Formats: sequence, structure tokens, C-alpha cells
Amino acid sequence: MTTVFDASSACTDIAARPAREVLKQRGQHEVFCGLTSIMWLHRKMQDAFFLIVGSRTCAHLMQSAAGVMIFAEPRFATAIIDERDLAGMADMNDELDKVVTRLLARRPEIRLLVLVGSCPSEVIKLDLPRAASRLNGEHSPACRVMAYSGSGIETTFTQGEDNFLAALVPDMPAESADAPASLVVVGALGDVVEDQMMRVFDGLGIGPVRFLPSRSSTTLPAVGPSTRFILAQPWVGACAQALERRGAKRISAPFPLGEEGSTAWYRAIADSFGVPEAKFDAITAPGRERARRAVARYRPVLEGKSVFLFPDSQLEPSLARFLSREMDTSIVEVGTPYLNRDVVGPELALLPETVRVSEGQDVERQIDRVHTDNPDLIICGMGLGNPFEAEGRSTKWSIEFVFTPLQGYEQAGDLAELIARPLMRRALLKVGS
Amino acid sequence: MELTVWTYEGPPHVGAIRVANSMRDIHFVLHAPQGDTYADLLFTMIERNKKRPPVTYTTFQARDLSGDTAEIFKTAARDAVARFKPQALLVGASCTAELIQDDPGGLAKTLGLNVPVVPLEMPSYQKKENWGAAETFYRLVRAFAGGAGKPETAPEQASCNILGPTSLGFRNRDDIVEVVRLVESLGIRINTVAPLGASPADLARIPEAHFNIVLYPEIADTTARWLKRQFGQEMVTTVPIGVGATRDFVTDVARVAGVAVPSELFETGAERLSWYSASIDSNYLTGKRVFVFGDATHAIAAARIASEELGFKVCGLGTYSREFARDVREAAAKYGVEPLISDNHLDVEDAIIAAQPELVLGTQMERHAAKRLRLPCAVISSPVHVQDFPARYSPQMGFEGANVIFDSWVHPLMMGLEEHLLQMFRGDFEFHDEAGSSHLSHGGPAAAHQPGTESEQSVAAEAPAPEAATANTAANDDRPAWTSDAERELRKIPFFVRGKARRNTESYAAENGLNPITIETLYDAKAHFGR
Repeated sequence: MTTVFDASSACTDIAARPAREVLKQRGQHEVFCGLTSIMWLHRKMQDAFFLIVGSRTCAHLMQSAAGVMIFAEPRFATAIIDERDLAGMADMNDELDKVVTRLLARRPEIRLLVLVGSCPSEVIKLDLPRAASRLNGEHSPACRVMAYSGSGIETTFTQGEDNFLAALVPDMPAESADAPASLVVVGALGDVVEDQMMRVFDGLGIGPVRFLPSRSSTTLPAVGPSTRFILAQPWVGACAQALERRGAKRISAPFPLGEEGSTAWYRAIADSFGVPEAKFDAITAPGRERARRAVARYRPVLEGKSVFLFPDSQLEPSLARFLSREMDTSIVEVGTPYLNRDVVGPELALLPETVRVSEGQDVERQIDRVHTDNPDLIICGMGLGNPFEAEGRSTKWSIEFVFTPLQGYEQAGDLAELIARPLMRRALLKVGS
Repeated sequence: MELTVWTYEGPPHVGAIRVANSMRDIHFVLHAPQGDTYADLLFTMIERNKKRPPVTYTTFQARDLSGDTAEIFKTAARDAVARFKPQALLVGASCTAELIQDDPGGLAKTLGLNVPVVPLEMPSYQKKENWGAAETFYRLVRAFAGGAGKPETAPEQASCNILGPTSLGFRNRDDIVEVVRLVESLGIRINTVAPLGASPADLARIPEAHFNIVLYPEIADTTARWLKRQFGQEMVTTVPIGVGATRDFVTDVARVAGVAVPSELFETGAERLSWYSASIDSNYLTGKRVFVFGDATHAIAAARIASEELGFKVCGLGTYSREFARDVREAAAKYGVEPLISDNHLDVEDAIIAAQPELVLGTQMERHAAKRLRLPCAVISSPVHVQDFPARYSPQMGFEGANVIFDSWVHPLMMGLEEHLLQMFRGDFEFHDEAGSSHLSHGGPAAAHQPGTESEQSVAAEAPAPEAATANTAANDDRPAWTSDAERELRKIPFFVRGKARRNTESYAAENGLNPITIETLYDAKAHFGR
């Protein structure tokens, strides 16, 4: 299949650097579709229900990706399109209205119903935003109805969250132009991470600070020209553009993974809000010290090891930067499903020139490269992990990086441990593949 | 349009992947968007396969839809053949590709590939996983065995094929070992086992056998019927799950093969269920109410074992396999229960609540329902979970399968007995309300969380387990009240029959319009029901 080296894609904000080549191959993508991000979105926003309008495959994906069927009745479901809908024997909009009415009768506590587009609904051009506005007329204000697409033909895994957040932006209340500067942190984080960040912001005297997504659909942050925002996750590029369209200003930084990433992230915010250097140092010093100490425990396991990252969540450039600079590993390849240069440019700038960067995927050829490069650790999806382990290679499931709170100083050690664990385990076992 | 939270079956192309992954030297090119590759983890994670399933997903994107998705398919098919060098190529479409109507079969034909291509039609908006597996197996067998005429001379030794075991099938890995051993002990040669472990060349040899054993009708029925029409191969359709069914199976196989059953076969001592069930320790199993739900094969077999071999009372029987609903209806009639044919797990949960079982035999879905209802449960059927691929040998079929079933169904009940003992001795100083159940991790004892006096608490704890969960369902709205004297009297009845006494008394009171229930009512009911 086709291979191109895209030289124009180098991070442009580091003018002194030569263009970094990005390997682009077209083939099988071994990644989840955007629907999968519902797994953490529905936990984050506790009054929202995500209704996928799709096929049996979508429903099966959700329960397979969930791994075990742990929830009595989760706040997501699938309206499965059937033959009657496709043959035009049933009006699909009437059918959808019926499903929604039944659902809301069963779950009256739901305040936000999110219609989620899928591959089939996109291909048959079912207009879900329009359906949402029709249903909104019927069910609001008790329950608001909105729509976004998480289809696999348009989105990869975490891009589903991006589309959801971007669709929320028009509903954020307007902040008046003369309001004092405020900060919005964009991208779903663990509640514990948000709370820790709030303590740092309080110490720095920065506020008001709000998070998107908010924990409830009724408490979306306000946005306006005096709003500044920073991304906490690399996959929220479309949401960033939507916020800019509402006048908010983006603060650009590496992502808060590891001590260095967290400090750079807080520093970019502190600089934007004019926090004095001495105050910044005083507030962040204890966290930085703890983070350094925590990751140091795992450095002996990882240092000098070679690591190959398969594309999964778009966190890969940030993970590679952490592994390279704080754990002294050598990165062989960093794959990402989508390379948003605007967002991850600061991360790529911190990676050695020798690192191969690939965007998109031809999984077979990427596996061939693993066989050639023979890395000490492979960070990859669940479909690939056991087959690599059976070849005697060490792997780390990448999906865990989006489900585990890893951002900020207090989690830097957890991040290091998560990555070191497969190697520590292999060293422990006297049996194995 | 149908509202679905959890599903018992995936889409039909997942069934096709299960068959492809079962076999050797087959590759499947699936026209599908990015994301459908999630199916790989069913095999690499749940079944812990050491290899990825032999599937190439074409991964078309939105921007390709206005261009040439057919070309993407053709490239993927060519590359897959070159890379994997299979003996045969399956081609098909997932739900989204079905909508864009690229016709993978037609496209593959134009490529001039040097391997046979078997095209699949998988109507995703109409059919489901088991149908997809059955159809794929049928198409493959037709493609490879169909060209041959009926083999002229059958070999002298009786021989058979074992059809149906597949990747991700419930305990199929170990069932094969058990059934092969059983059939070979009759002096019958196994010609082929398929699809699990078979190659296309093995499928071509299927007509050489005298007869076929249909181990899982959900997967192999279509194929075996065709083989019967085409080659006159008899079908043995008795599924050897349970002692009685295994004996019937042996008898049927021997009859079809024209061999005698060695007299020692049933007397080797390998089968322990019969004795364990007869031993006095098992007396307490008598009349236990069990609710059975699963695929048709396992549900029907489980109901028979429950009723004939363990002395349980089948209080509910159902399946999500609509294709085999008729068989389940017949079985349900035998046990005098209303059959439940549904693929909506919420309906199944409601049926469990209404049936008030003491044990649930179901899928992973019912295991979760039972956990919520604080009922003992054993898993008997797909859909599978990583727990359904135990490291140890753990068949369901044959005599060893019956042994496994005895243990896995009775142990949760024995745990239940421990639970009751704990509650019986709760007044003793070693025990206290906070000492939770040893096996039901789902919260502490229900009574501990309920407000009320000490006596009310103990009464609640002694009620049938599902009571807490059913308190707000319509079925219980008209339940008669108990006087406190009657409640106290009820508590004097031994714990292991107390639930039944409560139920019988309440239904007797309801039938006779008695409210509230007094001590008199309690003993009138006892006389009426005989225990």
C-alpha cells in the first residue's frame, strides 16, 4: 500500500529544527472507533445518557470493549437499526422518537440525552443533529438532546470525545467581555486529578478555573473573549477550534504527563496569568520533588530499554516524550492515529530526531517493523498484546492510559509503574511463553 | 429500531470470524470501517489466542466513500493472499460495508487470485452471530466438499465427522477431547472435526465418513442437513451434555455406526454425577427451583440434567436462539413452564425475578442479574467471558462433563448453605451483621442495610433471597401481610425450607383471600401443600 514521507508536517513552531519526516502508510487500522470514548464520558458526566444510533456491531463493540458487563444498566445503549428501517417500511425518525420516549420514561433522572452517530447512521445520512433539535423541542427543559458522531469512518477512539466536547461548546454560557480572565481545562480527567489541579491553581492564585467536560451537563463552563483554555488531553483539537471561535484563547504546552510535562503545563498557564516565578517555584516545588522521587523508583527498570508505540489514543507522542526524557528509554517508533501538529508540536520538539514518527496505520507492516526493530517493550492495543507476548515480547495495553488517572505530579509515579510493570513481571516469572 | 443495552449475540460477521479463526489455512477479508477490528480482542483477550484471528479489515474511511472503496477492498484482498498464503479466502462485508454495496464476492472474482474464494452474504440488519457462523461453515463445506460425488466405497471401519465446535464456543475446546474419546471407545474412526482445527482440505474429506455428529446445532445444523441430502450421511443430533444425554448419545452413535456398545463403557467409574446425586448429602438439592437460560443446546441440556439428574424443579426455561425456539418450547412444555424466547436481557431478568429461583443457570448476563438479586448462579452457555476459558480441563460433554457440571452447579448452592448457616448463628458472638457473605461480594447482607427493629431485620434476612430486589415489582404488590406471631412462628421452621414455607403460605393465603397471615394460616398451608 502507499507510503509517503510528509516533510511539510514538521512542527512549525520550532523554526530552527529541520523538518521531521512522518511515515504515513495506508492499510488496516487496529484501533477502536470513536464510540469507545463513551466508556469514560458516561462515567464523567453523570447525568448524561449516550444513545448510539447504529448496528448490532456497535452494541457488540461497546460490551466487548467494556470487557465485562459490570453495570446493572449503564448510561449508554444502542438503538439498533434493522431491516425495516433500511427498507423504508418504518420511518427512521419516528422509530428513533419512540426509542427515545421509552428510554426517557425508564430513566427520568437523565438531564442530557446524547445521540451518537455511527458508521451505518452516517452512511445512510441519518441527520442526527436535526433529530436532536426535534427531540429537544419535545423533551427540554426536563432533558436536553444533542448529537455528535463517533463513527469509525470519521473518528478514531479518543476523537469521539473531541466531537462530543466540540458539540457541547455552542451550549456553553457566554462570559461577558469585561469578565476577569478565567481558565478552562479541556479534556476528560479523573476526578482526583481535577481536584489536585485545583489545589495547584488555588496556590498560584489562578481562577476561576473550570473543566470541560464538567461533571454535570448543567454546569458547563462559561466562555468568552476573556476565557483562556488549555488542553489536558491531546485529542481535543476540534473542541479547541470551537472554543477559539467563541473568542477563547488557547495556551499551548506539552501535556501534563510526568514531572517535566506537568511543570511545563502549569508553567504555561502561570505565565499566561502573570504568576511570578518565585511563587510558581514555591507552589510547584513539593509536587515536582514528589514526582521525581516517584518516577526514580522505576527508572532502573526502564532506562536503556527500547520502546515501540502503536497508534491508539493520540497520547503516544506525550508518552514517548515522558519515556525518553524522564525514564531514559530509547523510542523506536511513535505511532499515532492522527497527528495534530498544532497540538502535539511541543511534544515532538522534545523527542530526539532519531525517533520514527508514524501517522495512521498499516498494521501488518507495522508488525513487520516490530520484528525488525525487536524493541524491549511494545505499547499496543488489546488485539495485538497477547500475540506479541506469545512471541516472547513484553507489551503494555495502551487503553489503560485513557482509563487510568495519570496526569499531574501525584500520578507521575503511577504512569512510570504502569509502563514498567510488564518488564518487572517478566523478570519475576520463571515460566512463560 | 430496537433499544439494546447488552446483546447475547454479535453481528453475523463475528460468527464468520469465529469460523475462520477456528480453522487452519483460511484467511478472511472483511470489508469494514476502522473500529470493526475490536473483534480481534474477543479472540486474543477472551480466548487468550496466541495469534491474531486470520482476518484483514479493509478499513475504509468517510473520505473514501466518495472515491473508490472497491479499490481498497481489492488491494486488501491481494495483499492478504500474498502475505498469508492461505489455502482459501473468505470474503464478506460488515454492517457498514453492506450499505455501500461493493460486492466483495464479485470484486474478488475479478482479481484472478490463485486460491479458491468463498464469498459470504451476511445480512447484518437481519441476522446475528450464530447464524453467521452456521452460514459461513455451510458455505465453506459446500465449497470444498460440494464438488466431489459421493465417495464410492466407504472404509470398512465405521467413521464419523464431529461438526460444530468453534472458536469462542462455550467449553468447546474440552468437549471435543471428551467426545472424541467416547466415540473412539466404540471403535469408530473420527474422520474430521470441523470447523475447530480443520483445514479446507479436511472439509473436502467430510463426505468420506459414514455419518455426522452434530455437536452444536446452532453452528452445524445447516451443514449437516445439506450433507445428509447430498451424501446421505446420517446425523446424530443428540447432544451429550449430562449423564442421560451421554448414554443416549452413545446409543445413537452405536446404532448409526452399526456397532455394539461395550458393556464396560457405562461402568468405568469415570462418571460420578449419578452417585454424588444419589448420596444422602444431595438430599437438600431436592426440588430446588432453577431458572435456565442460554443458547438452545445448553439450555435444553441443562433443564434435563436439572430435572432428571439432580432432582431440581425447573421454574423457568428460555433461549436467545430464535432459530431453535421450537426445540426450547417443546422442552419447556415437558417441565410445565412458559418458554422465554428473548434476546432482551432485561426481559430475562424480569422473568428470573418472577420465577423466584434458588439457582440460576445462564450466561454471563444472567450471572450479573443473579449477582444483583443475590442468587447463586452457574454459567452454562455463551456469550463467553474470559472465565469461561479455564486453565483446567473443564468439558461440559460426556461423563467428565457431567462431573464438571455437578461441581459447578452444586458448589454455588453449598455456598448458599454456608450463607444460611451464617445467618442462623448470627446471634452467636462469632457472628455479627457486618460479617458479609463469603461468596457474594455484592454488598453486605441485605438485612444489615434495612432500617427497623432487630426482629424485622432477621425476618427480612430469612426471606427468599430475591425479595429485596422484587419489593417494588408489581408481582408483590398484593402480597398478604404477616402477623408478628406468624412471622415468629415462620422463623422456627428450619432455614433450608423456610423460603418455600413462606412462598407456599403466601400463595395459599392469596388463593383463599386470607389477609393477614396468622399462625393458623401457616399451618393450614402446610397441611395443604404436604410439607
